[in-house]
Amino acid sequence: MLADDPTLTPIAGCTDVLVGLHFGTLDKRRFIDLWPLDDLRGIRLVQDKPKGLSPHARTGGDKPSGLSIRIGALATFTDIIKSALVQRRVPMLVAAAREVGGAQIQNRGTLGGNIANASPAGDTLPVLSAANARIVLRSASGERVVPFNDFYTGYRTSVRQPSELIAAIEIPPIDGRQWWRKVGTRRAQAISKVMMAGVRGPEVRVAIGSVAPTVLHASAAAAVLSRGGSIADAQAALRSEIAPIDDIRSTGDYRRQVAENLLAVFWKETR
Amino acid sequence: MIAIINGKRRKLDVHPMKRLLDVLREDCGLTGTKEGCGEGECGACTVLVDGVAVDSCLVPAAQADGCAIVTIEGVARARSGRALQDAFVKLGGAQCGICTPGMIVAALPLKAGASLDEIKTALAGNLCRCTGYLSIFRSVQAGLRPSREALRPTRKTRVKGKRANAR
Repeated sequence: MLADDPTLTPIAGCTDVLVGLHFGTLDKRRFIDLWPLDDLRGIRLVQDKPKGLSPHARTGGDKPSGLSIRIGALATFTDIIKSALVQRRVPMLVAAAREVGGAQIQNRGTLGGNIANASPAGDTLPVLSAANARIVLRSASGERVVPFNDFYTGYRTSVRQPSELIAAIEIPPIDGRQWWRKVGTRRAQAISKVMMAGVRGPEVRVAIGSVAPTVLHASAAAAVLSRGGSIADAQAALRSEIAPIDDIRSTGDYRRQVAENLLAVFWKETR
Repeated sequence: MIAIINGKRRKLDVHPMKRLLDVLREDCGLTGTKEGCGEGECGACTVLVDGVAVDSCLVPAAQADGCAIVTIEGVARARSGRALQDAFVKLGGAQCGICTPGMIVAALPLKAGASLDEIKTALAGNLCRCTGYLSIFRSVQAGLRPSREALRPTRKTRVKGKRANAR
């Protein structure tokens, strides 16, 4: 259906779509409802890059090697918070999911929707970036896997074709301590002013939301930290990578300062 | 759409993208569910869809098709719901009242004896502009307690209640 009619917009939890529709900020009028597709809802382990191997997805035990966690695009934030698998392997994703709206939003909003909506302030996006997640795109002609960090091409644009659906998100094993912090007006409900996800392992990875047209993988700042550079140098590198704007929620200057502070807090708290 | 609303089977002819909130208020005459913000911030329109708390302003009618829906009007059908309502009445959980239906419905899925933290998490998506949160939390705590004893305001809660509402 999507291939035949590019004017169709896939919808899932509708926590963004119905707001846009009600307040007249959404120009889309034709939708295709994915919500009943339970197939896209599960959370399980899959063999990492199954090259010609029969999938022993659930027989390999839960060792960090070789197995990725695959989260169906329709998994809600509540599903993620409650999943023992996600709690164990990607605690920073659980932390981010807990701060998406209140219970009512978490019960309805989906991980796939957070990605598809493509807001620079999407709460889970820095986590997926820092986790080096992969997006599984599915169309009538098959599946392809895109690294999350190559998915967005600009403000609210991505490599997803109109005929493709986000089917799942795969997160490979993460080596290192995970960290997540959101700065908003209040704990629950508020849309983020700045949020940061970090992984401190052999390779340091840092990703920030709400400071650029898309979620930002702060590779320069992370590289400074990876090679043992000072936090001041990393902050300077970060400053050159980000381009926060003034908007109704905050100012660019404030966001720049908070992003730098968060980097320092990340480094201190994961010591 | 066909749905079981507060235990009654309803067949409704509505646009699939009509908000469940509007379906309930306009097509079912169930105006107990309030619209606050219309964007999922305030929780005033909270209803249960198949036992799960959702903002009815963010659920299209199509996604409520075939579901069991509970609104504030249906809360008192269960003893647990009645206990919550009684607690709100007796312990001053309602001030202006706009947020109250959403607060009570959002508290319904909580287990008896839920901790204050669990209550706060369940109600994090519900805003009260009278800032009566303390009385609301107290009402939910009391309403979730199996014993009706808890609903008799003690001297302590009365005093605390007054202070919480003082300006």
